[in-house]
Amino acid sequence: MNLGWIVFAAVFWIGAWGLNEWLVRLKPGHVLHIRTINLAVPLIFGLTILVVWESVVHGFSISPILLPAPSAIWERIINSTPTLWADFQQTFLKAGLIGYALGCSAGFAVAIMIDRSPFLQRGLLPLGNFVSALPIIGIAPIMVMWFGFDWPSKAAVVIVMTFFPMLVNTVQGLAAASAIESDLMRTYAAGYWQTLIKLRLPAAMPFIFNALKINSTLALIGTIVAEFFGTPIVGMGFRISTEVGRMNIDMVWAEIAVAALAGSAFYGAVALFERLITFWHPSIRAG
Amino acid sequence: MSLRETIIPILTVIAVIVAIWYAAAVWMNAQWTLDQAERAGQTVTFTQIVADTMGQDRPLLPAPHQVIAELWNTTVEKKITSKRSLIYHAWITLSATLLGFAIGTTLGVLLAVLIVHNIAADKSLMPWIIATQTIPILAIAPMIIVVLNAIGISGLLPKALISTYLSFFPVVVGMVKGLRSPEPYLLDLMRTYNASGWQTFWKLKWPGSLPYLFISMKIAVAISLVGAIVGELPTGAIAGLGARLLAGSYYGQTIQIWSALFMAAALAAVLVGIVGLLHRITLKRMGMAR
Repeated sequence: MNLGWIVFAAVFWIGAWGLNEWLVRLKPGHVLHIRTINLAVPLIFGLTILVVWESVVHGFSISPILLPAPSAIWERIINSTPTLWADFQQTFLKAGLIGYALGCSAGFAVAIMIDRSPFLQRGLLPLGNFVSALPIIGIAPIMVMWFGFDWPSKAAVVIVMTFFPMLVNTVQGLAAASAIESDLMRTYAAGYWQTLIKLRLPAAMPFIFNALKINSTLALIGTIVAEFFGTPIVGMGFRISTEVGRMNIDMVWAEIAVAALAGSAFYGAVALFERLITFWHPSIRAG
Repeated sequence: MSLRETIIPILTVIAVIVAIWYAAAVWMNAQWTLDQAERAGQTVTFTQIVADTMGQDRPLLPAPHQVIAELWNTTVEKKITSKRSLIYHAWITLSATLLGFAIGTTLGVLLAVLIVHNIAADKSLMPWIIATQTIPILAIAPMIIVVLNAIGISGLLPKALISTYLSFFPVVVGMVKGLRSPEPYLLDLMRTYNASGWQTFWKLKWPGSLPYLFISMKIAVAISLVGAIVGELPTGAIAGLGARLLAGSYYGQTIQIWSALFMAAALAAVLVGIVGLLHRITLKRMGMAR
């Protein structure tokens, strides 16, 4: 036990907390200042967590097998970049992204196909909602058995996981255009496809992006968990499960950091794209 | 919408799925039958192939009736205490799910109350709560289990903690929205009554947030189950539905995998159904049902 570190952690924590309380009570007039404060407050909080984590690990001499310090994890990331990059390629770029693209487009395509059949919609929607609540991740062992150890089996899991949220959201979105707008299209003598492309698809975009955002996190989780059931000797899920077995916890945390970064970046990219496409939506105009 | 308009389409879709399933079972399992016949130097007719694909021991895709037979065998015909009873495994998973769900919901509500009543907490916590969900917790479940085992925490709690981590998020998001849902004029009304902050919370904000809480809880209970199942994967396949999945995939017992999957699906349906029922009863008693 090292008292200096613990006192330092406590002081830093209280200081940062006080700073944040002071910052949020400021009433700046300038827009730029408000933005800076809104950015600074969570950053200070995150920095505090890192500092307290580091100090507590040193202060209480926690074994690196249980919880490595952030500095040790950072060192590991720097030292094993090639391994991390290879895992990232296998898990995210191959299995995750391909599965995501195929699953989302399949869900979208089926939604368009059943668009003209209320019968199929009434049959498929409750089922889709039900399947979305199921632990679909459990099909991973079956997919590994069918499609082999390499990335296609992981992509297959992701396809199934992402299909239903996309289907349900797109069908809901296609019903989102209001009666006034549909009537307007009819007065223009617009056909089914014209109405679909010019009115209903744009109106469905907020729903479709909702599904894209949900699916972006599902894709990464699906791939990594599917890798627990059998994989070639590369991939983030493989690395995590073997390094846990070898008690190299810092390597596990390094993979987690990469996964969190990739997941956030992916989510952020989808959200950015959403702002560009659905610029007309009230929730985006307001902010 | 009448019952006929909702039930018939669903049943039709399910019938089509079962039909496709049978066709796929024949198609996928036929190769094995043909290989066996070739090795024995026999020729098989189409009807023989179809008959054989329905009853293999380790089919690539078991036929629906095989899965149902396995479910019947492992639930009704085995003692509940038996290690081969699916009910025993489902109970292990269910207990972890419920514990994790309870902790997660409590934590979520507490965080939401903190966020709504403290500006600093709102601004500093909220972005990080969202960031926590970009960490694929399911992916690090093995590490959490192993590390907690190393410091002497084993059994139910580690699995439940993974469920907690997954389930607190929808509750926080839903409750923050719910606690902020009362209209300004209602808050003004409370102020004219000279209500204290405590009274405003219990008599206005809390009841107003309940519909949001229940919707969040439906999502939370479903992902709690996923968390518990994945949490069972690294425990060395001892007990629980996740362990059944893993053992089944090690030994190529496809029927066992499928029956565990169906059990998990049934569990999810029951859990979500119970929360949905509580939702309806509560809203009805509060006079908020639509």
